[in-house]
Amino acid sequence: MEVKTASFEKTASPKTTTVSGAEAVIKCLLEEGVDTLYGYPGGAIMPVYDELYKYQKQIHHVLTRHEQAATHAAQGYARVSGKVGVAMATSGPGATNLVTGIADAQIDSTPMVCITGQVGSHLLGSDAFQETDIIGISTPITKWNYQITRAEEIPEVLAKAFFIARSGRPGPVLIDITKDAQFASLDFSYKKCSGIRSYKPIPKIDPNQIEKAAQAINNAKRPMIVFGQGVILGGAEELFKQVVEKSGVPAAWTILGLSALPTDHPLNVGMVGMHGNYGPNVLTNECDVLIAIGMRFDDRVTGNLEKYAKQAKVIHFEIDPAEINKNVYADIPVLGNVNETLRVLLEHLKPNKHEAWHQRFKEHYKIEFDKVIKNDLNAERGKIGMAEVIDEINTCSNGNAVVVSDVGQHQMATCRYTKFNQTRSNVTSGGLGTMGFALPAAIGAKMGAPKRDVVAIIGDGGYQMTIQELGTIFQTKVPVKIVVLNNDFLGMVRQWQQLFFEKRYASTEMINPDFITIAKGYHIKARQVSERANLKDAVKEMMESDEAYFLEVKVEQEENVFPMVPTGASVSDIRLE
Amino acid sequence: MEKKNFTVSVYTENNIGLLSRIAAIFQRRHINIESITASRSEVNGVMRFIIVVQVTEEQVKKIVGQIEKQIEVIKAFYHTDKEMIYQETALYKINSAEFVEDLNIQDFIKESNARIVTVTPKFFVIEKTGKRHETDNLYEKLKPYGLMQFVRSGTIAVTKNEMQISNILEQFDTTN
Repeated sequence: MEVKTASFEKTASPKTTTVSGAEAVIKCLLEEGVDTLYGYPGGAIMPVYDELYKYQKQIHHVLTRHEQAATHAAQGYARVSGKVGVAMATSGPGATNLVTGIADAQIDSTPMVCITGQVGSHLLGSDAFQETDIIGISTPITKWNYQITRAEEIPEVLAKAFFIARSGRPGPVLIDITKDAQFASLDFSYKKCSGIRSYKPIPKIDPNQIEKAAQAINNAKRPMIVFGQGVILGGAEELFKQVVEKSGVPAAWTILGLSALPTDHPLNVGMVGMHGNYGPNVLTNECDVLIAIGMRFDDRVTGNLEKYAKQAKVIHFEIDPAEINKNVYADIPVLGNVNETLRVLLEHLKPNKHEAWHQRFKEHYKIEFDKVIKNDLNAERGKIGMAEVIDEINTCSNGNAVVVSDVGQHQMATCRYTKFNQTRSNVTSGGLGTMGFALPAAIGAKMGAPKRDVVAIIGDGGYQMTIQELGTIFQTKVPVKIVVLNNDFLGMVRQWQQLFFEKRYASTEMINPDFITIAKGYHIKARQVSERANLKDAVKEMMESDEAYFLEVKVEQEENVFPMVPTGASVSDIRLE
Repeated sequence: MEKKNFTVSVYTENNIGLLSRIAAIFQRRHINIESITASRSEVNGVMRFIIVVQVTEEQVKKIVGQIEKQIEVIKAFYHTDKEMIYQETALYKINSAEFVEDLNIQDFIKESNARIVTVTPKFFVIEKTGKRHETDNLYEKLKPYGLMQFVRSGTIAVTKNEMQISNILEQFDTTN
């Protein structure tokens, strides 16, 4: 007797048609509501591309210029739309080029399905042309992966892939399909996956734990919330806002939590972590109850764990049981989707204001403003600062744009200073810190949210890691706005060299090409600004452009990002200069 | 916290690639696997891994959390030696000439409750099942006589308490 290990939605009378494995792949994507996918063809995936040709009216395939970019575009699409991003590549180098994006999606919990072609099953293990063990390679960086060698497996396996990618704590899934399975035919019918017996996407809620949490919050004198992407992934933004407003608890965000609560909300006290705001970092070590919501205590958030919130009772709202007590011990763990747990919590919360405690955050903001923010935003002499550019974008976007940042100093400036009114608006590589993420992710983000302005903010280093995607932008005419903050340095590494390696600038100086000419080579509107007087006009021109626009801003070369928690230091030992 | 022996039991679906997925969880944390065995379990179609590691209890808790998070893992547990009934099996291949000539060997075998599996004119194969120190003990005694080959299995173990895997699986059948 065959053991039933997964369950599938019952359809009234699933029609069966005989199709090739390759066509079945496309039909599965359509059944899952995929309208856009990103990829690059090659030998072992050609049968599927041949079907894409036939189905091009129903499904938009975007040809990126590198497979890595396909994954980042799929991530950008997923992050703004909440849907599963899809990337496709051939075997061998096509598949290995996906690795960085898969690892990025895994650590940032982004729902993504990657489909790779594989050599024929009779050639597996023979070191055939473009054969690589992508299942072995991707195992530690995927939520799930599977190799299909028979065409009839395709519908069930793809149904499981989408179910796993989007359910519970989302993540990337890789499905490798041998070429013979793409060519072979099968009787196709599709039923969506509704459960897998060895997989519990959402843990059972324990109302006692929520009551305990509510009691601790109600009795707290100096409570503080730290919220992460779990609020966004759970679709719990509105509920979360109600929790914050009713309890009156100051709420600080992790880099991936940004935009879950409007940045100008009066109870939003800023970012925690290495380059976060002064108040939330210092006061982490003074609060009496720390309420972590959908976040995972990354080391960039906690600094030295031995000196992290030791005085506080920790409440941890989390969907993934493996995150409980992983880095920080939770006095009151609350398992479940925050969309459900916060609903119950809200009922038990007593209205409060915590005015005196809020005053402490305001005092700390004042200190940070005088020492850092004022100078970042209003430098009058010298070259343009990164924060000034962000501030100009805020003026034009009014906080309504999707902002995609790369990795480095400009990313910290972007996250610290961008105004966000709407959720799913901050797209950045948080956990993996993948340089080269932003340009392709912006392409996907614009396609996932076509009605919104999408601005990519990138350093001169990261830009050159995926600069070839200007070709994708040119070909698809996707109207993204690209800002390169050019300091002719790998700025973040240079900052560390200055602070911790006595200014030995080993391989951080960049001799850069003429970025304007490059953009123009791709027929993309381009402008360079180096004078403060022209910044406003240039940003305005970019924001008003209906087509893709490239803006290079020559910024201060040796600017440093502060505040900063040096590695190994406590969050309350954050430096302001 | 002090490091000690923990036995990690993992019930999984019977799928290709799960072994490396589970092994990667140890490897990534720089933890050496002392022994690992995989076999069918008491439940039809369900595999059981028995993995022995020397770690702190804090580490083993986190490892079990990470293992259980894998899609095709049904349930993972960790136990101390006291909570388990565990055994290992060793095979010793000895030159027949030595065996016949030296009566000591015959005594060792009797004393240690070992079993003769195969006899040929050239060699004998002896099997001993027991705790690690027992198979080690016999190893030390036979070593001077020229062990032609020696091999020992990983630990296999059952818990003193019930595992209730069938209940978990039945719940799935009734809720879906």
